[in-house]
Amino acid sequence: MSEHTTDKRVREASRRQFLQAGAALAGGSAMAGVAGSTALAEQGNNLPPNVPEWMKAPGDPMGSQPYGTPSVHEKGVVKNISKTLPQYISASGRTPLQELDGIITPNGLFYERHHGGVPTIDPAEHRLMLHGMVDRPLLFTMEDIRRFPSQSRIHFIECSGNPVYTKPYGKTASDLVGLVSCAEWTGVPLKTVLDEAGLQAGAKWIVAEGADAAALTRSIPIEKCLDDAMLVYSQNGERLRPQQGYPLRLLLPGFEGNMNVKWLRRLRVVAEPAYSREETSKYTDPMPDGTSREFTFYMEAKSIITRPSGGQKLTTQGFHEITGLAWSGHGKIKSVEVSLDEGKSWQQAELQEPVLTRALTRFRLPWHWDGAPAVIQSRAIDETGYVQPTLAELVAVRGLNSFYHNNAIWPWRIAANGEVSNGQA
Amino acid sequence: MLGVAVHAEERYGIGRAATPAEIAGWNIDIGRDGAALPPGSGSVERGRTVFSEQCAACHGDSGQGGVGDRLVGGQGTLPSPKPIRTVGSYWPYASTLFDYVRRAMPQNAPQSLSNEDVYAVSAYILSLNGIVPTNAVLDAKSLAAVKMPNRDGFVSDPRPDVHNR
Repeated sequence: MSEHTTDKRVREASRRQFLQAGAALAGGSAMAGVAGSTALAEQGNNLPPNVPEWMKAPGDPMGSQPYGTPSVHEKGVVKNISKTLPQYISASGRTPLQELDGIITPNGLFYERHHGGVPTIDPAEHRLMLHGMVDRPLLFTMEDIRRFPSQSRIHFIECSGNPVYTKPYGKTASDLVGLVSCAEWTGVPLKTVLDEAGLQAGAKWIVAEGADAAALTRSIPIEKCLDDAMLVYSQNGERLRPQQGYPLRLLLPGFEGNMNVKWLRRLRVVAEPAYSREETSKYTDPMPDGTSREFTFYMEAKSIITRPSGGQKLTTQGFHEITGLAWSGHGKIKSVEVSLDEGKSWQQAELQEPVLTRALTRFRLPWHWDGAPAVIQSRAIDETGYVQPTLAELVAVRGLNSFYHNNAIWPWRIAANGEVSNGQA
Repeated sequence: MLGVAVHAEERYGIGRAATPAEIAGWNIDIGRDGAALPPGSGSVERGRTVFSEQCAACHGDSGQGGVGDRLVGGQGTLPSPKPIRTVGSYWPYASTLFDYVRRAMPQNAPQSLSNEDVYAVSAYILSLNGIVPTNAVLDAKSLAAVKMPNRDGFVSDPRPDVHNR
């Protein structure tokens, strides 16, 4: 078959698919997901005992999607991006947590936050400079970095502003805590590369700098750099997406997202932190007495029920599985408890294996909904024994001036008609 | 080469030496003590012009904020229910202002200002906050000597701070 013929077939297949998708939209329902496709199927006479139309003609040929995209019926599963951001070059987009299963966030849906736009970097021209209090200042190409012994590990990254302390808190799980995602990361332990340069006595911090227009800098304690920090070039098996720092980023498992510097180009070993703009005026927490906490790196234990959750609707009484995600920057999740009665009593949820350190952990609890209004919520307990607090407990200690590190329990209210809404809103 | 071979067992020999010139080109970090501030100086007066040309569109004509952060005012509001965090009320070190403006501002053309203009615009923002006089001229020494109002306002992280079990 000539190349020309292949192209033509691909084009025709794409056109057919486009027309089908167009018909679905013209059908009137802009809603993605199960409800929309069921309605279409009924109109299309594709239900038993009839044979569906997609069995009566060949499907799309190989090559119509050389990379691959989700089903046209999953168009609604996209990043949750506010339409009213003051500026899109310093902004965030959230993972649609309530649409996802398992613990791995697909790369296209991984939350993003950047401060000077997403740079387009030629990996052949990217360099990592390692200097400061080292015996041998070094310069690495991406080819160099990939020659080091590699490892792959599954960890979450979470923005420390996930969510804010004040209303409005948002309608969906994504609105609330969509600034967390989890992936399998591949790269080289930072310790391996630091050993290559040789740390000098008195080296206490490393200042990491990104190659973005913000030249973002954060200071990292040397202990973390020598523990589980990684220089990462791949995410879920493929090279990093540009939004996640292509071609190289820093991964600091359990530390606030901003410190996991993307488009990493420089590591400077120093005796004291940089006190950069990000770690003085931004990622610090004002307390009620006027002081502010600095260097609050760890993301403490947290959980959220993703199904049923805000914006969803229970269509029938009877069996429903409650499921959600739990995580802790301090290690593994030990247990997750779920309350079905506004926090009066709690029962143990089942944790899905694998339960990994500093990774999202999926929990499940079987539930029979009797049709009465209910308030459901989850709380995580990590391996240090720390128990996720209520919002009231958190605010009693920190007040409402803080912007970061809100890890409060989040209740969902289920109405008699099955509609699920934010229990704090 | 011999030295590398001797240490081959403990190192991978990956990467090459970064030269002093290469490091100098990329290392623009200014720490809180201001020790690495570059030569040059800038006046509040010059800073007013630079600010109106490069900064006001996002930060407002007098630093009151817009699509960009508010830069001025808010001193004394931190213990209140509505803290206003600005360069004047919140930032602990003036040298951080120089570092950030030089590396990241203006947002549409970062690293485009001369060191003199970065000194000048830093001086202007500090003068709008009443931290330096309106006739000030800042250089490495005088900028490093500025004591910001909230310098002693930061405490270390005491978490875990909620003890509920």
